[in-house]
Amino acid sequence: MHGATGLRAWVVQRLSAIYMAVFILLMLGVFIFSPPADYTAWRGLMSHTLVSVAVLLFYLSVLIHAWVGVRDILIDYVQWQVVRLLLLALFGLMFVASGLWLLEVMLLARINGI
Amino acid sequence: MPLRKKPVFLNLLQIRLPIAGIMSIIHRASGMLMVLLIPLSVYLLDLSLADEQGFAAVGSLLQSSLVGFTLFLLLWALLHHLYSGIRYLLIDVEIGVERPVYRYTAWAVTLLAPLSALLLWGVL
Repeated sequence: MHGATGLRAWVVQRLSAIYMAVFILLMLGVFIFSPPADYTAWRGLMSHTLVSVAVLLFYLSVLIHAWVGVRDILIDYVQWQVVRLLLLALFGLMFVASGLWLLEVMLLARINGI
Repeated sequence: MPLRKKPVFLNLLQIRLPIAGIMSIIHRASGMLMVLLIPLSVYLLDLSLADEQGFAAVGSLLQSSLVGFTLFLLLWALLHHLYSGIRYLLIDVEIGVERPVYRYTAWAVTLLAPLSALLLWGVL
């Protein structure tokens, strides 16, 4: 059933994993060694061009990675096709909505931060 | 050819899952937990960037003792998912595929995740 997309999903899952791992380590570094002291610093950090793009890429990775993972879990545990499809649609909707919301938040931070 | 019915044995009290199996289930459970919290993470980011009050609200929320333990569980989920993910990547490039190493790394992931989560929880 997934013969055509299996390899692509496998590659995508690993590439997104590597990006997220690097991003999380960098962010942990920032929060341990120089945590943003106040609101201005926090907004300054999040509206910086590089950070902004890195965060957008991070959430893109999260959503794609989550989609592949959730799909695998649903295929294994939900045998009833209709329920599986419904759950996939619900998760898909939740992922797209979260992604658009994040895009809005980051764009607003950019506009207000400059 | 008629399909043969697979033998199914699901007595949870008698199944003795190997450590790599336990680690794998936690990998899935932690992933699902984090997936369900994606909208919450966007909400908190939104709130923290909106204005001074929102930033302060998120700050005090994360510091409160009520959220504290939940935060530890979340860190545990994240680190377990991260470590077992790195283990899977290493297995992809044929590191740690053989039996004894395979089991040691599964133990290491499962034990190091909560320990380092505790450590990080103290630092942050």
